[in-house]
Amino acid sequence: MTVKPKVAFYWCASCGGCEETVVDLGARVLDVVAAVDIVFWPCALDFKTADLAALADGAISVAFVNGAVRTSEQAHMAELLRRKAACVIAFGACACHGGIPALANLTSRERILQRSYHASPTVDNPAGTEPRESTTIDGHRLNLPAFADTVHKLSDVIAVDYSMPGCPPTPDNLWQAVNLILTGKLPPRGAVLGSVKSLCSSCPRNDSRPDDPTIPKIRRLIDVVVDPATCLLAQGLVCMGPATRDGCGARCIEGNMPCTGCYGPAADVQDQGARMVSALGTILQNDAGDQGTAALDDPAGTFYRYTMAASLLGAERKDV
Amino acid sequence: MAKTITIDPVTRLEGHGKITICLNDAGDVDRAFFQVPELRGFEAFCVGRQAEDMPQITSRICGVCPTAHHMAATRALDDLFQVTPPPAAHAIRKLFYNLFMFEDHLLNFYYLGGPDFIVGPDAPAADRNILGVIQTVGVATATKVIEIRNRCRDLMAWMGGKVVHPVLGLPGGVSKAITEEKRQELRGFASDAVAFAGFTLDTFHSIVLDNPTHVALIGSENYFERTNYMGLVDAQNRVDFYEQDVRVVDDEGREIERFAPRDYASVIAEHVEPWTYIKFPYLRKRGWLGFRGGAGSSLVRVAPLGRLNAAEGMQTPRAQEEHDRLYATLGGKPAHHTLAWHWARLVEVMQAAETVQQLAKAPELTDPHIRNLDLKTPTSGVGIVEAPRGMLVHHYETDANGVVTAANLLVATLFNSAAICMSIEKAARGLIKGGRVEDGMLNRVEMAFRAYDPCFSCATHHLPGHMALTVQVRAASGETVVVVTRDDEGRETRTPAPVARPPAARSECRRT
Repeated sequence: MTVKPKVAFYWCASCGGCEETVVDLGARVLDVVAAVDIVFWPCALDFKTADLAALADGAISVAFVNGAVRTSEQAHMAELLRRKAACVIAFGACACHGGIPALANLTSRERILQRSYHASPTVDNPAGTEPRESTTIDGHRLNLPAFADTVHKLSDVIAVDYSMPGCPPTPDNLWQAVNLILTGKLPPRGAVLGSVKSLCSSCPRNDSRPDDPTIPKIRRLIDVVVDPATCLLAQGLVCMGPATRDGCGARCIEGNMPCTGCYGPAADVQDQGARMVSALGTILQNDAGDQGTAALDDPAGTFYRYTMAASLLGAERKDV
Repeated sequence: MAKTITIDPVTRLEGHGKITICLNDAGDVDRAFFQVPELRGFEAFCVGRQAEDMPQITSRICGVCPTAHHMAATRALDDLFQVTPPPAAHAIRKLFYNLFMFEDHLLNFYYLGGPDFIVGPDAPAADRNILGVIQTVGVATATKVIEIRNRCRDLMAWMGGKVVHPVLGLPGGVSKAITEEKRQELRGFASDAVAFAGFTLDTFHSIVLDNPTHVALIGSENYFERTNYMGLVDAQNRVDFYEQDVRVVDDEGREIERFAPRDYASVIAEHVEPWTYIKFPYLRKRGWLGFRGGAGSSLVRVAPLGRLNAAEGMQTPRAQEEHDRLYATLGGKPAHHTLAWHWARLVEVMQAAETVQQLAKAPELTDPHIRNLDLKTPTSGVGIVEAPRGMLVHHYETDANGVVTAANLLVATLFNSAAICMSIEKAARGLIKGGRVEDGMLNRVEMAFRAYDPCFSCATHHLPGHMALTVQVRAASGETVVVVTRDDEGRETRTPAPVARPPAARSECRRT
């Protein structure tokens, strides 16, 4: 009897949307279950660290890990999975680039605690209580994990073999990856399992994009009613399409909203935000001046919405 | 000698809810703690962001109920910019939101809490899941569940771009109009949805209500807690998921607060404990009185039964019929039966389906005017919606450019968290006497919080699974006295020796 490949799923700091992708495989999930042994999946199966630790190193064929890394516990689990898995896939925007949780790298641990437990209009906390790692009440000790300063992408913590970006990746993305695994056709290690093109290449509004688009200024969504057919960049909106990897099916565009960049940098792009700034530079009219970008009130949160843990900005911050 | 029982982690819950039960010297339950071990800091890192990005950024609080956060933020933006969306935009948002409530609630009934009743609380744990549900109700029905949910999510994807993290909400409207063709599809779906809601209620009646054992369980003192209740109501004090005022009733059903979203902070306050990252909301006027229900309690419960208790009725006819039947069965309003949360959820499934049906016929639905751009200079905005798991508040303050300067988010799980501690404690008290941990205790304790809807257990939204649990009974010295484990096939085993702790994951319907 052929031994089925062992597969593990794990989450770190994430929202559960990546788990939804697995469920949204629909009936195909049964094919996955038939083809592989899922040996570790906290959200659905019994699991113990001891069970995982008891496996031989490298015994797991593929581990899908989603979420960013903020606590020592998440780092510990990532390291354990790295030892046990021959192949680790960073699954989803948070694992690949930090995702939305990594916007927290634009603030600090102190400000987070201050905002949550002191400076809120609803908090009534005259004693200045904050959650602590260890509390003793009536002789009973209660523990909480520590809350770290910086949010990391998975590859900051362990070596990652493949990446699958997206917030979340689509079920089709996952299905394609599973087929690559089952047929032994995975590309060389280090690859992103996804398109090599930018989103603009598959945008349904490509035909409406001028050959040489120019805009007088950048506009915010509070300033415009979005036209449902025209290239969003040509409407002056920050559509991250030129800097963003294709593969999502242009879902936000189909919803008549600009791309916010959740698939991370396109294949030839090092830094997604820098590429987008450069792209905007080429389409802003030469005489636009400061007025051209006056409406850009949050460049970091706009250009690095999902990549703060992977950006040059994020790297600088960590060194501070 | 005092002992502690730790249930860690509560795994079929998506993420990590940790339960610690403290015993007194006699070995009876002294106090229960429900701990949430994660904090991500949304309130801090939303500062500096553009307000119009809030619906998409905050949806990442939860990938299972992203639509709730998306819509609460969108409502807050209307308030922030003092703009009234056109009728079509309101209709589209409400329709979208009711599609979401329909599919999310149904999933809970068939996959999560429902199996305790459909299959039975005393059925072998190995059967107490979606597979057992399929055996009980039949493959044809299970196929219907999957099919109706897929159609619902496809419609949502068309309207909102994505189901997980939709994009349609904007201040003053929505991003995408509805075509006549899509309206026809919605109408077809809606009549099937109403029929399916009716079928689901019939199933509940025949399996649960016609079974005296189940009815007795719902009425059991172990799952009974007198508290205040809170939820959104319309002008006639009927349950509304999308607007407009919040109504609070006391444990006798008397209205004690009725307020517009903007006034939420004058009515609700939050208490901080050092042993959990979650905060505990309470009624500000009554002050923090601790983890206790009964007359004069300052705690409020939210989500399905809380919403029904806080309202005077439902907005749609068949939901109203079922509402009346629920209260007639439970002995009047308000009902304090924690396990009746499941029934109330189905009443809401019917209202959601009937509301979709009404809105799909509304003439304004296909009006192309879906956005009002008459935005005023922003300062502060509050939006409240009813998430499947209870009332959800988003509050933003901004500078004149609409850049966020402060954010406050009260998520549904917060409101029920103190009550969850109490419900667990009560269930444990009924089962643990003189330090003895009864067999079968594990599922009964689970049922106490599962009723609130696996806010921390969306994992069971995902796959048929069992809740693997480890209960450690520890002496005050930390020495493990006995360990009860239940594996994923439902086998319970006891060992006198300590076992390694399972890894912790995170909490669901998460702490922000």
